[in-house]
Amino acid sequence: MGRGTTAELRGSKPGLTLTGGLALCVAALAFGAVMIGPFGLSPGQTLAALLGQGERQAEIVVWNIRLPRVAAALLVGAALAAAGASYQALFRNPLVSPDILGVSAGAGLGAVAGIFLSLPVAAIQASAFVGGMAAVGIVTLVASMVRNTDRTLTLVLIGVVIGALAGAATSLLKVMADPYDQLPAITFWLLGSLAAITTEDILPALPMVLIGLVPLALLRWRINVLSLGDEEARALGVEAGRTRFLVIAAATLITASVTALAGVVGWVGLVIPHIARMLVGPGFGRLLPASVLIGAGYLLIVDTAARTMAQAEVPLGILTAVIGAPFFVWLLARGRRGWS
Amino acid sequence: MLEARELVIGYGRTQVGADLGLSVQAGDILCLLGPNGCGKTTLFRTLLGLLPQLAGEVRLGGTPITSQRRAEIARRIAYVPQAHAPPFPFEALEVVLMGRTARLGPLAQPGKADRDAAQNAMDQLGIGDLAARDYSRLSGGQRQLVLIARALAQDTPLIVMDEPTASLDFGNQAQVLARIARLAQGASSERRGIILSTHDPDQAFALDARVLLMHQGRIMADGPASEVLTGHNLSTVYGIPVTIETTGSGRKVCLPSLHLQSDPTITSDALTIA
Repeated sequence: MGRGTTAELRGSKPGLTLTGGLALCVAALAFGAVMIGPFGLSPGQTLAALLGQGERQAEIVVWNIRLPRVAAALLVGAALAAAGASYQALFRNPLVSPDILGVSAGAGLGAVAGIFLSLPVAAIQASAFVGGMAAVGIVTLVASMVRNTDRTLTLVLIGVVIGALAGAATSLLKVMADPYDQLPAITFWLLGSLAAITTEDILPALPMVLIGLVPLALLRWRINVLSLGDEEARALGVEAGRTRFLVIAAATLITASVTALAGVVGWVGLVIPHIARMLVGPGFGRLLPASVLIGAGYLLIVDTAARTMAQAEVPLGILTAVIGAPFFVWLLARGRRGWS
Repeated sequence: MLEARELVIGYGRTQVGADLGLSVQAGDILCLLGPNGCGKTTLFRTLLGLLPQLAGEVRLGGTPITSQRRAEIARRIAYVPQAHAPPFPFEALEVVLMGRTARLGPLAQPGKADRDAAQNAMDQLGIGDLAARDYSRLSGGQRQLVLIARALAQDTPLIVMDEPTASLDFGNQAQVLARIARLAQGASSERRGIILSTHDPDQAFALDARVLLMHQGRIMADGPASEVLTGHNLSTVYGIPVTIETTGSGRKVCLPSLHLQSDPTITSDALTIA
C-alpha cells in the first residue's frame, strides 16, 4: 500500500504513467459504451459518427442519445469519487461518504419538493442543488455555534441530525404525494438514474464540478496535512478551520451538482477512493486524479449495465449498492490495515 | 524566544491552571514535571497558540502569540505530539515532509529542497532507512522518532514535545533523550530551545534540564533539576515518599518508595510456613 507514493515524492515517472494509463482505460471504456445499446454500432461506424462522417441514423444515436449519457456517467462518477476522497481525508475516516454532511438528504428533499410541486425538470434540478447546498450550509452553521473542542466530530453529528430531519421531511412529502404520478417519480429520483439525461442537463452541472475541483487540486498538500487532525495541522502552520471550510464548500458543490443531475447515487464516493488509495497511496495530489478517473470509469460501466442488462432501466443506486456493499464487506474483512 | 507571564489556562469557563510563567531561549531544555491532570497538556496547547489563554500573555519572538498567523507560529515553534496512528498509510518521509508546510505558500507543493530537508532530518536521527516505510506500520518508538524528525524539518528555534518517551522501550528512551540533549547543544545558530513533558524525574537529571514542577495547575518550583527535584517536593507533588540518591558516577536518581504508608507491610515472616 502506498507504494507509489515515494515515486510521487521524488517526482519520478511511474505515477504519471499510472494516471495516464487510467485515463486511456476510461477513454476506451467510453468509446465502448458509445457502441453498446439497442442500436448496436461497430467501432468503425462509431468513429465515423463521432467525426461527423457517419450514417445519419448512427450520428443521431451517437450524438443525441449515447454521448450525453456517457458524458453524464463519467461526470457523476468522477464527481462523487472526488468528493468522497476529499471528505474522507478531511474527516480522517475512510468510512466517510459524500453524504456525511447531509448533502444527499438535502438534495433529495429539494428534488422531492420540486416533484411534489410539479415543477419542470430544470427547476427540480435547481431545487435539488439548492437543497443539498443548504443542508450542508445549515450543518456548518449549527456546528460553528456549538461549543465543542472536537470540530470534526461536531460537524459529523450535526450532519446526522440535519440529514435525519431532511429524510423525515422527504418521507412526509412522499406520504402526501399523488401515488400514481408523483410517487413513482420521487422513488425513481431517490434511487438515482441517468435514463432521461440530455445535453442540456449536463451543461449546468459540468462547470460547477470543474469549479469545485479547482480548490481541491490547489489545496492538495494542505488536505494531506489536515488529515493528521486539526491540532497537528494548525501546529504545522495550516489555518485548519478556513481550509476545512473551503474543502467542504468545494466537495459539497461537486456532490450537489451531480446529485441534482442524477439523483441519489450511493456507494461510489465511499468505495472508489479506497480503490484509488490502494493504487496510488494516500497522498492527495495523486489520490484526487486517480479517484476522478476510477470513479468515472466505474460509473460508466455500471450505467452501461443499467441501460442494457434488462428490458427496463435498472436504477443506478440499486446497482451501485449491490456492487458496493459486498465490496465494502470485503474491505472490512481485510481488517483495519486494509483501509489503505 | 518564548515567554509566558501570569498565564491562566483552561477551557471556556473551566480554569485548569493559573499564575504560570516561563521563558525559554535557544539552547534551553525545560522539563515539565507533574502528576496526571496537573495541566501540562493544557499549558502546552496554550503555549502553542492552539488554545486561547484565559488571562495573561504568551509572547513568541517578541509578539503576542494570539496576534500571529498559524504559519508564523509554525516557523518559530514545532510541536511533537505523542506518537499516534494516522488514519491513512502515509510514508514516513511524507509525514516528515509535512513539517515543511509552514515554509510553503498556501497553494504550493513541497519541492526537491523540501524533500532533501525531510530526508536530512531523518538521517540526523538515524532513521533515514525508514523513509519509504508505511508510517502507520512503524513501531511506537519509530513513529516518535519520525515525529521528532518532522519537527527538525520544520526548522524552528523552539520545539515542544509532549511526553516524547512515553511510548518507547528502555533503550529507545535513552536514545531519544540523547538526541534531545544534542538538539540543545551545538553551534549557537543551530541550537534549539526544547520544552518537554515527562513522567520520569530521572530524565530531568539525565538532561541536566531546568525543571518546572507543576502541582494542581500551579508552578510549585522552578529551577535546575538538582534544586527543584528534592525528595520533599516530589513527595508533595506525587503523594508518595520519594528519596533522591546520588549514584557512584555522580548522577542523581529518584527512588519512590513502594511501601505505601497506610498499607500493612508484608514481611518475610508472614510468608514463612510455620
